[in-house]
Amino acid sequence: MVTQPKIKVEDLKLWYGDFRALHGVDLDINENEVTAFIGPSGCGKSTFIKTLNRMNDLIPYARVEGKVELDGQDIYSKKMDLNNLRKKVGMVFQQPNPFPKSIYDNIAYGPRTHGVKKKSELDEIVERSLRQAAIWDEVKDHLDRNALSISGGQQQRICIARALAVEPEVLLMDEPTSALDPISTAKIEELVSELKQEYTIVMVTHNMQQASRISDRTAFFLNGHIIETDQTRKIFTNPNQEETENYISGRFG
Amino acid sequence: MRRAYDEELERLHRLFSQMGNMVNEAIYKSIKAFVTHDKELAKTVILEDLKINEIEHQLEQDSIELIALQQPVTGDLRKIITVMKACADLERIGDHAVSIAKSTIRVKGTRRHKPIEDKISLAGDKIKQMGQDIIDAYIQYDAEKALEIAKRDNDIDELATQIRKDSIEEMKKDSDLVLGATDYILVSTYLERMGDYITNISEWILYFNTGEIKELNTHHDLD
Repeated sequence: MVTQPKIKVEDLKLWYGDFRALHGVDLDINENEVTAFIGPSGCGKSTFIKTLNRMNDLIPYARVEGKVELDGQDIYSKKMDLNNLRKKVGMVFQQPNPFPKSIYDNIAYGPRTHGVKKKSELDEIVERSLRQAAIWDEVKDHLDRNALSISGGQQQRICIARALAVEPEVLLMDEPTSALDPISTAKIEELVSELKQEYTIVMVTHNMQQASRISDRTAFFLNGHIIETDQTRKIFTNPNQEETENYISGRFG
Repeated sequence: MRRAYDEELERLHRLFSQMGNMVNEAIYKSIKAFVTHDKELAKTVILEDLKINEIEHQLEQDSIELIALQQPVTGDLRKIITVMKACADLERIGDHAVSIAKSTIRVKGTRRHKPIEDKISLAGDKIKQMGQDIIDAYIQYDAEKALEIAKRDNDIDELATQIRKDSIEEMKKDSDLVLGATDYILVSTYLERMGDYITNISEWILYFNTGEIKELNTHHDLD
């Protein structure tokens, strides 16, 4: 059985002004899998992940060429509804960035924007999202607390819950644990492996062990190219490219 | 992530005990086939060894992937190393069962010697028991039991020596027995080697518990 990739990227190029950050990237991202992007700083992995829900639109001097398809639909076409795209493709960032509002209002923010008004419905979404993000038990008794008053690890899970509240199909995570301690990191990693049952997850990580522990597929980026994409077990036991081997084993440069 | 990792380790553990049970089955059948002169049963031992080898490869492959993907340390690392080393020992025991099975098939109506075959049967029973016990000790990571099982290897060595001596004595008396008794000597050696591999597994169980790699029952005396 041949399944369609959830996201299909073809010959994607990106410039920041005169600087070419991505040189024709091709990549298939499968549904219900965790795909990890690894590579040294400045290799283009964060730039690339942002193109998947057009966050790069917010950078005025960034220019994109090529194709990104979500379920076969070109997300860079003029007909694409950006709000709808970002509802389908949610994002979690490196630094936890909850709104300076209550925990409840953080989670309810997205659904409200998309027109959910009924209290009972919002309550339900808030509870479901917090449960999915494995933080409900820790915060259920003080949902009115300011989201900035809880720990960094908890804030990051609030951000994941906030992303889940609008029922996305794809979750993009740009180094979601690099600002967290090992215990919070373990919780987020556990969470990611749970979430992949229902979502497609794409993650940028500087932590190679993290990629090896939780991803199904790994793409290795270098200087704006993807050097190699394969099953994570293959990449970490016997990669095809020497550059991948050198980077993973810490022999780089 | 710890959960998925633990499940993988658990799966490794289960697969190892499955392999252990298959090897014990092979020991049992090969000895039984040899002393009852059952060539059909001996053939099944040879065929089933393929499956044992497959499981060994699977265990090795899985262990290598776990090391690469999870970067195990401390007890987790010892667990994986123990599986990798002990499954190689199990596989060798399986090979010796195949060798016994082949001896059974080779024998063609030559003269037999019941008392020696009884000793082989006795050594076989002891090995089979040690094989079962070592898998139990492994499953529980029971170091005390592992040590006790390793000690029983001395009985096997003694019996093997006796079988060899008896065989030579009987050959001297009756040259018709030469073909058959040569196989007795070979089989006694296979049994002795099985005991040594079981001792190796004891050593790996001890390693899991203590982190120390230690030789049990050395055979380095010069007498």
